Amino acid sequence: MSETLLSVKNLTLDIPTGSGTLHAVRGIDFDVRRGETLSIVGESGSGKSLTSLAVMGLLGKTIKRSADEIRFADIDLLKARKRVMRDLRGNRIAMIFQEPMTSLNPAYTIGDQLTEALLLHRKVSRAAALARAVELLEKVGITAAASRLSQYPHQLSGGLRQRVMIAMALMCEPDLLIADEPTTALDVTIQAQILRLLVDLTTEMNMAMILITHDLGVVARVADKVAVMYAGELVETGPATEVFAAPSHPYTRGLLRCIPQPGKTARGAALGTIAGIVPSLVGEVTGCAFRTRCAHAIPACRDPIPQRGDASHAFRCVFADGALSEEGKVA
Amino acid sequence: MLTFILKRLGLALLVAFTVSFISFSLLFLSGDPAAALAGETASGEDVEALRRLYGFDRPMLVQYGEWLFSALRGDFGESYYFKLPVASLIADRLQITMTLGVCGIVFALVTAVPLGVVAAIRPNSLIDRVALFLSVAGQAMPSFWFGLILIVVFAIQLGWLPPSGAASWKHFIMPTIVLGYYAMPAIMRLTRAGMLDVLNSDFIRTARAKGAGETRVLFKHALRNAIIPVVSLAAVQMGFMLGGSIVVESVFALHGAGYLAWESIARNDLPTVQALILVFSMFYIVFTFIADVLNAWLDPRMRSA
Ligand SMILES: Nc1ncnc2c1ncn2[C@@H]1O[C@H](COP(=O)(O)OP(=O)(O)O)[C@@H](O)[C@H]1O
Ligand SMILES: [Mg+2]
Repeated sequence: MSETLLSVKNLTLDIPTGSGTLHAVRGIDFDVRRGETLSIVGESGSGKSLTSLAVMGLLGKTIKRSADEIRFADIDLLKARKRVMRDLRGNRIAMIFQEPMTSLNPAYTIGDQLTEALLLHRKVSRAAALARAVELLEKVGITAAASRLSQYPHQLSGGLRQRVMIAMALMCEPDLLIADEPTTALDVTIQAQILRLLVDLTTEMNMAMILITHDLGVVARVADKVAVMYAGELVETGPATEVFAAPSHPYTRGLLRCIPQPGKTARGAALGTIAGIVPSLVGEVTGCAFRTRCAHAIPACRDPIPQRGDASHAFRCVFADGALSEEGKVA
Repeated sequence: MLTFILKRLGLALLVAFTVSFISFSLLFLSGDPAAALAGETASGEDVEALRRLYGFDRPMLVQYGEWLFSALRGDFGESYYFKLPVASLIADRLQITMTLGVCGIVFALVTAVPLGVVAAIRPNSLIDRVALFLSVAGQAMPSFWFGLILIVVFAIQLGWLPPSGAASWKHFIMPTIVLGYYAMPAIMRLTRAGMLDVLNSDFIRTARAKGAGETRVLFKHALRNAIIPVVSLAAVQMGFMLGGSIVVESVFALHGAGYLAWESIARNDLPTVQALILVFSMFYIVFTFIADVLNAWLDPRMRSA
C-alpha cells in the first residue's frame, strides 16, 4: 500500500455569526494516499468546500480552524508558516473550483494565468512555461491550444474555462488535486467529459485527488474511497466498492436510493429523496445530526454517537449495524 | 483594440462638434450680444452699428461656420476687454490652470488610491476610519475655506510657503493640495469599494490557490480590476478641476484660465467666454477619450464595446 499523502484528524471549523457560533465542520478525519482518489459527498451546505479550503489554508480570517493533525507528506500544515503554505499551493497541492465562470481573472490572458503558478514555483523561462501551457491545454482537450493563450476568459465558454482551470491546476504536476464540484456549473453533457478527463489525468500523472461532489453516481465510477459528509460530520468513510455494496449509515443508504440505477430504476420512476431539513449548526450541536431526518431515530441518537466498523470502513450510528435490521421493520 | 480606439475617436469628434455648436449658440440665447457689447447707455443706432460691425445681423449658422472655421485655425477673434487675440490670452492662462489641474489630480490619485486600498484591506481599522474622516471632511469643507486655512497656517503663521501668485513651484503647493483634496473623497471611496468587491471574488481565491503572495494578489490581481472605474472617475474629476479651479485660482491669486473665465463673464467678453467654453469642453472630451482607451487596456471585455 502506498504512503499517506494527506492526513486530517479531528478537523473542526467554527464560524462566529450574529446569532452564535456556527459549527460548520465538527471533528472529521480522513486521509488520502498517493495516487488515490477520495470522494467527499454530501448535500450542499454540509461543509465540503470549507473542508477543502481548510486543507489549502485559504479560509477567511473569521473562520476558526482547529485540528489534531493536518499533515501533507511530511509537512505539518497546522504549524506551517505562510511562506511554506504558499510554496505548497499551486505547486504540490492544486485546487479547481466550482465556478468556472468567475474563477479566472477577467483582466489577464489565458496564457498569463496558466503560466503564473509555474513561473512562481519553478525557475523556468516564460517561453518554456508557455510551451507547457500549450501542452496542457491540448491534454485537457482544447483545440487550437496555442491561439488560446492570447484569449481572455470572457471569450471562452464555461466548459472551456473549466478545462483551462484544470490545465492551470496541473501546471506544476501537483501531488494532490482538490476538485470542488468541478462540474456542477456545467451542462450535463459536458459534466461527463470533464469528469472523464480528470480521472484520466490523475491516473496518467499518478496524482491523488479529492473529488468533492454531491453526485453519488459520479463517485461510484471514479473514486477509490468515499467519505459521506452530513451537516459538518463524516457519517461514513470507506472504500468506494464497499460503501456502495454495503452502505452502513442510514444517510448513505438514503443517498444511494436517490441515484437512478441503469437496468434497475424503471424509466420515469420517481427518484427517492430524503425528507426533512438539515438542522441548524449554530450553537451547541450534540448527538447525530441526521436524527431529525432518520426513519430509525431513537432517543439515544441525542447522545454522543460511537464510531463503528473498522479503520478502513467506518461509520457513526447508535445502531451497531447502522439500523440496517430496522429497515425491514419500517417498510 | 485599434478599431475600438478609432470608434471612440469618431465618437469624441462627433461630441466635440456638437459641443462647439452648443457653446456657440448658448451665448446667443443669453441675450443680444450687440446690446451687451454696447453697454446700457448706448443708443439704438450705436447698437445697430455694432451689430453690423461684428456681423451679428447675419444668419446664426453662417456666423457659427465662420467662427468654427477660424477656431479650427486657432483664431478665436479678439477679446473685447483685453483687446488681445483670444487664443494667445487663453494659451497664456491655460499654462497655470493645466499645471494646477495635473498636479491636483496626481496629488489626489497618489493619496486617495493607496488610502482606499489600505482601507479595503483593513476595513474598520484605524486607517479606514481616518480615511473616512478625511473624505467626509473633504466634502464638507468648501475649497475657499480650506485654502484660507492653509494660507493662514503655512504662509502667514509659519511663513513656509508664499500665500499667492504663480512665480515658482512653491506657489503651486497649496493650490495643488486644495484642488486635489476636492477630488480625493470620491476617488478614495470608489477605490475602497472596488477593492472590497474584487477581493471577495472567485478569481482572487484562484490566485491565492496558485500560491501567489499577498502583494501579488492585491496589486496584480485585485487593484488592476478595482482601478477600472477609478480611471473614468479621475478623467471626469480632471475635467471638473480645469473648469472648476476658479475658486482655487481666486483664493491664491493665480491668474489661470478659470480666473479668466470669471473675468470674461463678468465683463461680457463674448469671444473669450465662447473660446473658454470650447476649450474646457475639448479637454473634457479628450480626458474621457483617454479614460476610455485606458479602460479598454485595463479591461479586455470593454474592447469589443
Ligand atoms: N464565510 C462564511 N461565513 C459564514 N458561513 C459560512 C461561510 N462559508 C461557509 N459557511 C457556511 O458553512 C456551511 C458549509 O458551507 P460549505 O463548506 O460551502 O458547504 P458545501 O461546500 O458542502 O456546499 C454552510 O452552512 C455555509 O452557509
Ligand atoms: Mg461547496
